[in-house]
This record gives sequence, structure tokens and C-alpha cells, in this order.
Amino acid sequence: MSTTEPAAPASRPTDETLLTVEDLEVAFATEDGLVEAVDGVSFELKAGEVLAIVGESGSGKSVTAMTLMGLTRSPNARFSGTAHYEGTELIGASEDELRRVRGAEIAMVFQDPMTSLNPVHKIGDQIIEQIQEHEAMPDQQARERTIELLERVGIPRARDRIDSYPFEFSGGMRQRVMIALALSCDPSILIADEPTTALDVTIQAQILQRVRDLREETGAAVILVTHDLGVVADIADRIAVMYAGRIIEEGTLDQIFYDPQHPYTWGLLGSITRVDRPRPERLPAIRGLPPSLADRPQGCHFRPRCPHEFAKCPEVPPLESRVEGAPGHRDRCWLSVEEKRERREVRPGEIGLPDKEEEAPAA
Amino acid sequence: MLRFTVRRLINMVFVLWAVSVLTFLIFMVMPGGGDEQAALRIAGRNANEQQVQTVKREWGLDDPFYVQYADMMKKVFTGDLISYVNQVNVREEIVRGIPRTASLVIGAGIIWLFFGVVFGVLSAVYAGRFTDRALNVLALIGISLPVFWVGLVLLYYLTDRIALFPPGGYTELGEDPVDWAYHLILPWFALSILFIGFYSRVLRSNVLDISNEDYVRTARSKGLSERRVLIRHTLRNALIPIVTLFGLDFGAALGGGAILTESVFGLQGVGQYASDSIGRLDLPPIMGVVLFGAFFIVLLNAIVDILYAFLDPRIRLQ
Amino acid sequence: MSVETAPAPPTGAAAGDGDVPLVSVEHLKVFFPIKQGIVVDREVARVHAVNDVTLSIAEGETLGLVGESGCGKTTMSRTIMRLIDATEGTIRFRGDDITAAGHKQMAPLRRQMQMVFQDPFASLNPRKRVGQIIGMPLRLHGNSRNQIEPKVRELLARVGLQPEHINRYPHEFSGGQRQRIGVARALALEPKLIVLDEPVSALDVSVQAQIINLLDDLQDDFRLTYLFVAHDLSVVRHVSDRIAVMYLGKVMEVSPSEELYTKPIHPYTFALLSAIPVPDPEENRRRERIVVSGEPPNPIDPPSGCVFHPRCPRATDICREVEPPLTRYPNGHLAACHHPLNVSPEEIKAAIKDGTSPLSCGEELPAPSEGNGSRPSADRQA
Repeated sequence: MSTTEPAAPASRPTDETLLTVEDLEVAFATEDGLVEAVDGVSFELKAGEVLAIVGESGSGKSVTAMTLMGLTRSPNARFSGTAHYEGTELIGASEDELRRVRGAEIAMVFQDPMTSLNPVHKIGDQIIEQIQEHEAMPDQQARERTIELLERVGIPRARDRIDSYPFEFSGGMRQRVMIALALSCDPSILIADEPTTALDVTIQAQILQRVRDLREETGAAVILVTHDLGVVADIADRIAVMYAGRIIEEGTLDQIFYDPQHPYTWGLLGSITRVDRPRPERLPAIRGLPPSLADRPQGCHFRPRCPHEFAKCPEVPPLESRVEGAPGHRDRCWLSVEEKRERREVRPGEIGLPDKEEEAPAA
Repeated sequence: MLRFTVRRLINMVFVLWAVSVLTFLIFMVMPGGGDEQAALRIAGRNANEQQVQTVKREWGLDDPFYVQYADMMKKVFTGDLISYVNQVNVREEIVRGIPRTASLVIGAGIIWLFFGVVFGVLSAVYAGRFTDRALNVLALIGISLPVFWVGLVLLYYLTDRIALFPPGGYTELGEDPVDWAYHLILPWFALSILFIGFYSRVLRSNVLDISNEDYVRTARSKGLSERRVLIRHTLRNALIPIVTLFGLDFGAALGGGAILTESVFGLQGVGQYASDSIGRLDLPPIMGVVLFGAFFIVLLNAIVDILYAFLDPRIRLQ
Repeated sequence: MSVETAPAPPTGAAAGDGDVPLVSVEHLKVFFPIKQGIVVDREVARVHAVNDVTLSIAEGETLGLVGESGCGKTTMSRTIMRLIDATEGTIRFRGDDITAAGHKQMAPLRRQMQMVFQDPFASLNPRKRVGQIIGMPLRLHGNSRNQIEPKVRELLARVGLQPEHINRYPHEFSGGQRQRIGVARALALEPKLIVLDEPVSALDVSVQAQIINLLDDLQDDFRLTYLFVAHDLSVVRHVSDRIAVMYLGKVMEVSPSEELYTKPIHPYTFALLSAIPVPDPEENRRRERIVVSGEPPNPIDPPSGCVFHPRCPRATDICREVEPPLTRYPNGHLAACHHPLNVSPEEIKAAIKDGTSPLSCGEELPAPSEGNGSRPSADRQA
């Protein structure tokens, strides 16, 4: 047991809520007016849990994640709502408070490993820099800790490669370095923003497996932001589906995959190709485009694209639990649970949205 | 490293050779140049035909041009180039001018690099606000004012109207350091304002671009202070192109490119020597100064490349 | 174990026999030199991007070309388009050898081969209007403005965009819409072959589905032939008739498309399929998967024998020493492996070496012995 290991993580009962986000709103002032990227998002994160935030481009998922770290602050950004983390209010926190939290308590892995590391510094130095920022640790010790981290994320010959530069690594390896960096101060929360989108499929599988293992080892909670529901099936405990700035459904992994309540979720599930089943005649797609940020429909944002739209939809559906006995499973669709269960099966055993003959504006 | 050095040496030889040939040819074909004129100049205004012929023979001016060229090149190497106009040894003149040019250029270089970077960073950090706009205006003024005009205006107001500074001239460093600096303050200022304006704009632009890079975002997410992010991450990358720029500008100025500044302030450096020789269409010193300048530019170019590789590991470890 | 070699049919597996394929490559090699030297650059090594590949595409068919980064699929697609020069081997278009074709010979052919690129943000000139972008190929080939505009509007409608948007700029469109513009541009000259280089990788999953459906429809309407390059097997499934899997410059497996998913023969294909998570948590937990370790090796110095052997869980000595030939199994299914999966002993016995095998491969075919042909321990759901 090396002396450089961080103190064993204080035992975290998995019921403990680490992060509570309430009514988070993020808007940006642009020439075209105030653009709302995040429109009233609330969720909780418990210790050790993996929460997946799933949505397409423009859903607000990345902005939500980055706002937790204060990375969206700029002169034209407007925030409201709260995000409580262990006694600190993140949204209005001072720069000093944020700096204390960043890296040490909440750490982030970004999407594009090719550009997320400083090209002129050695990877070891970049990790050591974070360690020494938050912990008073002599160089040699910090170095040993870094080598250990690199080994844990699966970088071969870590002792040599600690002095290599980012460009000497492939995309998959760089992403591992980013994960090592994020874990270096033993954070309670790891936020991963589309960590595998830019990577090959087999490397993606390796990285996800690694994140899963590390979560077991360290007990950190993970917020995984992605547009790919498939990736989520491997790793998430809970899922929040975002659309046009709002959470439109949230629940456990099984609830979302086996009892999805919102038509958008059906559409997402339906448009994934399953390699373990015969291929359908036509790949089911969600017609139309996500709304532009500045120009969202009244009421339920998904209306223009929803084949099940009806009279109540112009009224904003609140995020509520409608399913009996499942208080944690919430959604924003006015349809009754029975109607949902009936309508979502476009073919026996297959969830999705029905094909429409007429062409709506294409995405 | 070996490969780099060898290639650069070959490159240098080739460039210097090409430059010398071009200079020679230009001189030969331009009006006011050529053998006749040179001979006349040496012989003097009142020389007669026979004296001119004698001069031609003595100086080898009646040889075919390639012989003259070869001869001149030989003289360059042995240090025997003699001016047509005043029979002064070119090498000695250049050597005499070097400390003056160096004093001017090195001093100005430090000033313009320092202020260029500081103003550039300030502009970027306060982008869009008053500081940035003010510095922008100053930069544009600095870039637009011709250096000789600035020099003349400074001379007029600060040495003539009010005798705050000496009216040009140069004092040896060894003789009196304070006086040396005193004489150089105005020339330093005149030479640097152009570059300060230019460099601050370039740096501002680099810093703003790099601030949007993903790795700067990563640096912030590590919980580093803004200052550390700025210096170790943003500037560390933003300054790299400045190095190249500085190397080239510095090399050119050192090689006698600060002609206008030296002339206006009467510093008698290499630049002024070049200017005078060109005015007199005096080939030997022109050749000498041109080669001197080319040498410095190629040398600085090579140094800059080495420095670049040192600063950016992606270049280094191909 | 028969060493009979199936002749390399110009039509390739499972395509209409007797027809000349639209495009084919024979023993294609594309190597990029790495130069070094003190005074003069000498070639010190080569990147073996494409390393002896023989494939053909019949008219009207879609060939999916799948592999990870560095496998050579992009290089191959560009070499077929003659954007890159081949180092060795032959490229044929409608039977004519175009490997070394000069500008004159290629000019008329360029109308017939078009490309759709991966990045919808980078492949459209941001300073040009959409109408200009789509109309450019038409203008280059001599059409007048009067002819061009109606055609462009028609193309916009065909790809599911609104013709009124003809004067907008690319940044006014979403990623999926931009990709449609790229497709419209490719269609402008009514080509025979469209090479699609990862056309949906940069798009959201639900938009991917839309674009794939569009490509499917257009293929029927315009009688197009597609070479669809992708890094992931889930994407090619819907559009492809046949799929070729590449690894480190070599073909690992070629199969009629559905059969690749129900009966993958090469362990690498199986690993690629395993890596695709299934959106069904229970099934994910249950299914048998191979997670491949390590990273693809360096194409400058490819491994000996079977190029996949360093990462293959089934590798043995022979895999290290002898490059496996592309073995032909029933139904035109080819695989280059000494220890194939999912084939019965009878099928192995009946297998022959296919003529499209690389020249450097060995003669030995897999033996119907223990361990060969077995299914992995849990049955895959068919």
C-alpha cells in the first residue's frame, strides 16, 4: 500500500444526497434577445450513483453540466435557481469558493480528448498541477500518485509515459489521461460530458468499463452527459432525458428502458439500431428538428414533432410522477399512463414513434 | 539536431550567395551604377579620360562582370572591401557601427517586446472595455506614424524647443553609461512604438483565441486561479507565435534595418552607413551591409526555429 | 483441407455474376512514405494504410466499409475517387483501369463519382449560399444559370429541405440539414457512385436515422451505388447490401449484410458488435461480449501473420506466423481467420480460399477441429 494513496474515501452511505439542483435556469443575452439554454431543471444526485443526462444538441445538457462547475459564467450569462453541494451554493458561489470545489470535489471530463489537454505541457505535469493546487504535496509524492492514477486508468508503462506530451497519445489514451486527471483529487462527483463520442466503438467500450470500475473503487458519483441512449444502458443507475432545456422524463434505468412515459423518449429508443435483433424495414426516426433556442413552442416543447399531440399540450406539462408506485419516475406528458403504454409500441415488442407519411420540415 | 543544423547552414550559404548576386546585378544595371560611374566617382569630378581609364584598370573595373563579382566576393572574405567614394575599408566601418546599432536595437527590442506583451494581455483581459479600446487606439497610432516623422517631431520638440534630450548623436557605453542611455532614449522610443502597436494587437488576438480553447477550459475546471490559467496555459501558448515574429523583426533591425531611426538621430550605426552608401551608390559598402544584414536574418531565423521547437513539443518531436 | 482457390470474380461475392462491377479494386496498396534524412530526405518507413485489398461493388448495390480509426477505410475511399494515388494495384471503373489515369481520362469520370463528407460543418463553404454550393458542380460542368436554379431547387426538395432556403448560408442550418445539403451537392451531377465517408458520425442519433432513411430512398429513386464508410456496425446495417470489415489496412470479413450480424465469423467483427451497447439493460447484462484490449497497433509496423493477432483472444501460434487467406464460406461470406466463429465443421470443410486474398497470405485454410467454428459460450440472440 503506497503512501501516496489519498486517504480512503470517507465511507459514503449510498443514500446520501450529494447534489440538489433546483429550478436551474441559464440564459444568454445575444443580439437576438435572451436565449434560454436551460429552462427550469431540477434533479438530485446521490453518492455513488450514475446519473445519465441524455439529450440531443441544443437540449441544454452540456450547459447544465458546465454550469455546475461555473464554467458557463460570462458577462452575457444569466442564472437563476440553485445547486446545493455539501453546504455550498454553486450557482452564486464566489470565484474562490468555486475554485476550491473544482477539481477537488467536482471534476469534469470533456468531450474532445484531442483538444482538452494543453499541448505544450507534459501530461504528468498537468495532473500534478491539479494535485498540488488542492493538496500540499511534495513533488516526488505527487509524481508517484500520478503514476498510480495513470496505471489505474489503463495507460501502459505509466512510469515512462508520465513525461510524454498529449500529442504522443491516441484519442482513447488521452481520454484516459483526462479521467486520471479528473480522479486525481478523489472528487465526490465526476461529470463526464460525452466522454466517448469522439472515440471508436471498441475504445468506447473500454472507457465505459473503466469508468464503471473506477466508480466501484472510489465511490464517486457520476453525471454522464450524452446523446446516446445505448451508451447509457451499460452504466447508468438513473436517467434524465432533456429536451429543449427541460427535463422531460427521469427515472431509473429499468423504468426508462422498459416503461418510458414520454413520446420523445420513445423516439430516442426507437431510432437506435439494435444489433441483436433483425433489422426493421425502415429505421424509425423522429421527424422534424429540435426547436431553436430562441424560438420554442408554447406549452410542451415537443409538440410540433409529436404524433400524439392533443388538446391539452399547449399547457406546459409539469414534471410529475404519474406512474403508480414509482415516485421517482417523472415525466412531462399529459397523456394517461394507459394511453402511453398502448401508443408507444409501434410494433409488438418495439417501442418508438409511428412513421408519418407527410414530410415535416426535415432535421 | 544535426540534420537541422546542416540544413540551415546549407540554406544560409545559398541565401547569402543569392543575395550577393542580386545586389551585384542590381548595381550593375541601375542608372547611376555600373563601372563607368564607379570609376568616375573614384577618380573624382575633375578627372580626365585617361585618369578614369587608369582607375578602371587599377580597380579592376574593366574586367568582365563575373570576374569583378568573384573578385569582390574574395574581398568580402578577406575583409579588403574598399569603398569607391572615400577609400575607407568597409569591414572597419561596419565594425565601428555594430555597437551603435546593437545598442539601439537591443534596447528597443526589450522595450517593444515588454510593452507589446503587457498591452496585448491587458487588451485581451479587458476585451471590449475601455482599457482595450484605449489601447487599440494607441496601437493604431503607433502603427500608422512613420518612424522618421516621429523621430523628427521628437527631435524638434524635445531637443530643440525644450532641450530635454541631446539632439542625436551617440556616446560610447564604456565612456559614460548614463550619457549613453540618455542619447538613446528618444531613438528607442521612436523605433519601438511601431512594434509595440503591432505586437500588442497580435498578442491580443492570440490570447483571445486561445482563451476559447478546450484546454483552457480544462485548466479552469481543475480549480486553478485565473492568474495561473492565464500565465501557464493561455500565455504559454499565445506567446509562441510572438517568438517567431520577434526573431525576424529583431534580426532585420540588427542587420541594419533600423535605417530611418539611425539616420534621423545620427547614430552612425550600420543602418545609417547603409543609407549613406545607397545614397552615394557606393557598391562595396552596399554589398557589405547587405550581406551583413542577410547573415543576421538567416541566423535569427534559425535561432527562432530552434526556440520554437523548444517551446512547442509538437514541433520538436516529429 | 482443400487448397482450391476460387477465381477472383470481377463481380465479387454475392453480386450479379456476369456483370462488370461499377467499381473494383484489385490488390490495392496505398502506402504513405515517412521521410527523414540530413541533407536529402530518404524514405525510412511507410504507413501501410491500405495493404492489399481486393473488393468490388456492383451497380445499384451498397457496400458498407467498416473499421476503426487507422484501418484504412477513409484512405481506401479516397483512393477509389482518385483523390489519393495508389501505390500498387489496380482500380477499375466499369472495367476501365483508372489507376494511373491522368486528368483528361478522369474528367468525364468525375461526374460519375461523387463524395459526401463526414463533417457537415467543415465540408460546406461558410461564405457561399446553399444554392451556390449545390450549383457549383453543375456550373463547373458547363450548365447555364437558367438551367441550374430549377435543378437546385428540385434537389433541395428531394433531400427534404425547403427550396425557398436556396439563398441561406450554411450556418443557418442544423448539422443534419447541412448533411442533406452535402447529399444534394453530391447528387447534382447525377452520379453513378456516391462515396459516403462517415456521413452520420457527427450527428445526433435521431438525426442519423433521418439521414439514413433519406439515403435509402434516394438510392431507389436515382439508382445509385453507394460505398458507405463508417466506424460502427450499427450505422451501416440499414443501407448496406454487403459489408466489409477492415483492420489495419486489410480486409477481415466480407458478408451479405444481415448475415454479418447474425453470424459474424471473424473475432474482430464479433468484438465490434460486442462493443455496441444494446439499449436493453437486461440484454446487455446477459449477452456474451468480447471486449478487445489495447489499441490498434501502428500501421507503420504492422504485426506479422494475422494483423489482429496481438489483440485477439483466440490467437495461437499460427496466427502470429501465417497471414490467413480470405476464406469463402457459404453464401458468399468471406473471413480471414484461422479460428473462425459461428461456422459448422461441414462449412469449414467445404470452404475454399477466395481469389481476393492478399498475395502475402498463406495457403492453409482453417481446420474443422476443436475450437474452430464454435459459438461463443452464450448463444447470441438471432
